[in-house]
Amino acid sequence: MRFELSEELMLLQETVKSFTTAEVAPKAAERDRKGEFPHDILKAASDLGFLGMTIPEKYGGVEMGNLALSLLIEEISRADASLGVTLSVHNSLIGSTLTHHGTDEQKEKYLPRVASGELLGAYALTESNAGTDAANLGLKAEKKGDHYVLNGSKLFITNGLEAGLFIVFARTSQEDKKSRGVTCFLVEPSYSGFSIGTEEEKMGIRATSTVELLFDECPVPAENILGEVGKGFRIAMWALDGGRIGVGSQALGIAQACLDASLKYAKEREQFNRPIAAFQAIQWKLAEMATEIEAARLLIRKAAWLRDKGLDCTSFACMAKMKASEVCVNAADEAVQIHGGAGYTKEFPVERYFRDSRITKIYEGTSEAVRMVLARRLLS
Amino acid sequence: MQLTEEQAMIRETVRKFALEEVEPLAIEIDRDHIFPEKTVAKMAEMGLLGINISQEFGGAGMDDMCYTIAVEELGRVCGSTGLTLAAHISLCTYPIYAFASDEQKRKYVPDLAKGRFLGAFGLTEPNAGSDAGGTQTVAVKKGDTYVLNGSKIFITNAQHAGTFIITAVTEKGIGTRGISAFIVERDTPGFKVNKGDEKLGMRGSDWGELYFEDAPIPAENLIGKEGEGFKMFMKTLDGGRISIGALALGIAQGALDKALKYAKERVQFDEAIIEQQAIAFKLAEMSTKIVAARHLVYDAARRKIAGEPFSLQSAYAKYFASEIAMEVTSEAIQIHGGYGYTRDYHVERYWRDAKLCTIGEGTSEIQKLVIARTLAKM
Repeated sequence: MRFELSEELMLLQETVKSFTTAEVAPKAAERDRKGEFPHDILKAASDLGFLGMTIPEKYGGVEMGNLALSLLIEEISRADASLGVTLSVHNSLIGSTLTHHGTDEQKEKYLPRVASGELLGAYALTESNAGTDAANLGLKAEKKGDHYVLNGSKLFITNGLEAGLFIVFARTSQEDKKSRGVTCFLVEPSYSGFSIGTEEEKMGIRATSTVELLFDECPVPAENILGEVGKGFRIAMWALDGGRIGVGSQALGIAQACLDASLKYAKEREQFNRPIAAFQAIQWKLAEMATEIEAARLLIRKAAWLRDKGLDCTSFACMAKMKASEVCVNAADEAVQIHGGAGYTKEFPVERYFRDSRITKIYEGTSEAVRMVLARRLLS
Repeated sequence: MQLTEEQAMIRETVRKFALEEVEPLAIEIDRDHIFPEKTVAKMAEMGLLGINISQEFGGAGMDDMCYTIAVEELGRVCGSTGLTLAAHISLCTYPIYAFASDEQKRKYVPDLAKGRFLGAFGLTEPNAGSDAGGTQTVAVKKGDTYVLNGSKIFITNAQHAGTFIITAVTEKGIGTRGISAFIVERDTPGFKVNKGDEKLGMRGSDWGELYFEDAPIPAENLIGKEGEGFKMFMKTLDGGRISIGALALGIAQGALDKALKYAKERVQFDEAIIEQQAIAFKLAEMSTKIVAARHLVYDAARRKIAGEPFSLQSAYAKYFASEIAMEVTSEAIQIHGGYGYTRDYHVERYWRDAKLCTIGEGTSEIQKLVIARTLAKM
């Protein structure tokens, strides 16, 4: 059993840290305030291979795997959780899914442009009536000749405004078991009848777009079906394992940022003639935060390692996402508390970490959904 | 919990006002950092801005339970509006009414109680947060004037206050016994108010920074004697803690209201999500915490009304209510799923607003210090 990262991964970590410090951190607060998507940073990130982390080299990716991706997302998210989720969705939900399930033709057609970042990816599963009950989705896909015509909508789609490639789950048939009858499609935003609906006003991760997608007689070529007709739900579930590791990594990054900020402030802030780090109450908060972060980190690394080995990672992905997100929200709450009144202002980054943290317990499987999945597996 | 007829009536009146006049503005004032001037004017008309001040001094002559309930019901729909009232009364209007001389009361309380303008309390400084005794603002006596120099931060109602209570050091080197409290008028020369920083929550509540540069305060505006300031503001905070406890309680209740409504309406897996045990149990836990907090807050208020010591109970109330408000509002977001993260569904604002309550008017850590010290003496 080895706990240390390989030299290659340590080098990646260093590279990402440098990149983050130089390119991502400086304007993260401003992007949050303005709700501004970082197009220029994505370009620089793609040059470093950050948009093709799990895509084979022959398609222009760097093929470093899930543990590498986790390290990337964690480090990026430390500075900017919005960019963290943008990259996570793009890599794990789109890049990995297309790599794993695509035909050679589909991979040749799209992967190089996904790896280069020319096409940002988005993943459209959720609907207004299909959140935790994802199988309840109702976006219709009706076969018409060599196309499927899509009618309906999707909700809360990350990267929706900027994406050039959407993986969309639609219903091709009504079945007794709702998860059957779902098919996975590759959709380009240029297809007729595709449009963006409402853009959500979110509490945090404000430098990513979260939008409604509208499909009005939208024709998708049959050759854009990923996998088989009626077998799309399986792909969704496969993708979510990776997505959960991704969001877990994002949560971990936010939590680490909270600890870093809290340590710094506790050492600098003086009250009662001493740094507040001298008080046991503060010390205990820091010690507990650090412990929880390490526990979450180990779960995430194991989940990523299992996925890289091609082993069943669903249970660990659930554990990792559950733990990391819950640690993250607590860490952010304590970070604001440690900063006192100043933590409630935009002078310090912790109020942004607080707002960003909260979504991690909700998307890519709520804390409740992952408990359901995990319990089912434990009991079977 | 037994309420008098008047107390029950106040709940009904304020609840109606809150639903009709306050809630419709809540999202916008939070989003755009807008102070709800019209709402405050209406609250003045209703007598809320002097609710627990005697009619002789321009107030409504109701008791502290009525005040507590008013803050709770406002907080139930809009934390910012509740906070505005709580700071105005507990931190300025009431302390002058309770601790100042008859002349000072007659001069300053009626305008505040009638809501001609708001009141504010300038205690906190960049180097005096939890360590309130670390005050650095100084007041030097020169004839029949005190000359004030220093600054205050995070002062609720600052930009809309006509009257301030300001703490300053009148004698250096003797710690808290050298701190005095003054009534300071807005148009004092050398006194500047700046808008405060953008906030995480309570964004419809006005807060600011106060700057004093050789500002002359008439000597007759000293409250009590020199060196009595610290004790006075400790007593002020005791009352203030009940009001923040009430505010947190209201925020928690409002979050539960919304979560319950959503859980009954939202269908997933072919049934309302309230039918899912995990959701049902969350609601049960939230409700239990709120009821417990209500008991603590109301108990502190009752003791105050009865003239009994209530410092310990106000610390319990503020600490417990604010902490459960964080838990309850977070669960309310969780119950709403993705919608809970968006502005339209309110609950994310409740969570951000609740966070002020574990910090302002004495952090949870300070409350625990107060409680532990009291226990140690028993």
